[in-house]
Amino acid sequence: MGLLNKLDDPYNAGGIVLGVAEDILNWGRAKSNWYMQFGLACCAIEFMAVNAAHFDIMRYGNIPRSSPRQSDYIIISGTVTLKMAERIKILYEQMAEPRYVVSMGSCANSGGPYWKDGYHVLKGIDKILPVDVYIPGCPPRPEAFEEGIIKLQEKIQMQEIFKKRAKIAREDAEKNQSNILTV
Amino acid sequence: MTTKEIFDTMKQYLGNDVIEVVTPDAGDEYIVVNAEKILDVAQFCRDFDEFAFDYLTLLSGIDCGETLGVVYHLFSTKNHNKVVLKAFVPRENPTLHTVERIWRAADWHERETYDMFGIVFQEHHNLIRILCPYDWEGYPLRKDYVAPTEYHGMPV
Repeated sequence: MGLLNKLDDPYNAGGIVLGVAEDILNWGRAKSNWYMQFGLACCAIEFMAVNAAHFDIMRYGNIPRSSPRQSDYIIISGTVTLKMAERIKILYEQMAEPRYVVSMGSCANSGGPYWKDGYHVLKGIDKILPVDVYIPGCPPRPEAFEEGIIKLQEKIQMQEIFKKRAKIAREDAEKNQSNILTV
Repeated sequence: MTTKEIFDTMKQYLGNDVIEVVTPDAGDEYIVVNAEKILDVAQFCRDFDEFAFDYLTLLSGIDCGETLGVVYHLFSTKNHNKVVLKAFVPRENPTLHTVERIWRAADWHERETYDMFGIVFQEHHNLIRILCPYDWEGYPLRKDYVAPTEYHGMPV
């Protein structure tokens, strides 16, 4: 990014900023992450502490949304039972792209204390959803959660939008062509 | 009122519906009740003035190997007495009459006992699983339960 030289500025010192479109889009997306207002178990209690005045997650641009259609990311905050796993999958599918998953605490990461003998617990949310950030802890401290949010922001900031789309389109075209050839 | 005194009074009024008092090495003393007569015993425990067990603290299941059992923890808010009743049912056909009409609290407790142990409470108005999904197979808290390896395509 850079400012145009005022002397050469044909727009009469209009304060134009030049930059890569991807960076600006990612900057906006990373700094206004809306999460789904949704909690599962005791990690959700810790998550409420992150929401409250002392830690104040809203200063990272995180606002709770009550609808999955308006959410950018979902926090799996607690034990995922098999009964709940199906519901979480439905919630995740309702979210609009691009969407992210934050796995919070041992239970969501790997099953936690239930990993061996829990007949009813999914051993890690990554068995059914693609996870972007894992936050360790049982439950994680609010500081750990904040670090997770910063990691997610870094990840979003690094993303390629246009190149990725072109790449996917190219791959699809190649795939279709090869299909046609084989048929 | 001790468990023994409660048992003696019950024996006097109910005869063979109550079987014995057991004093285990650890835990509460309990009265073993004839499972077929559980409704009469429960009715008596609530309505008899000396007992007035108007509060069902807990209803849960146990697996004793060859038999399954149901445990009733009763409390009287009037006399401040408490008592533990146990009724044992055979493993092959574990059926028992519901006490839902006597203590409303039994409704969900019986559903949970059915969910976890497969004990069927006759004449319960809505005996369906309460914690596990409706299509779950087996009864998880039985000792011989084998956990599934997969549920709806998700590895367990």
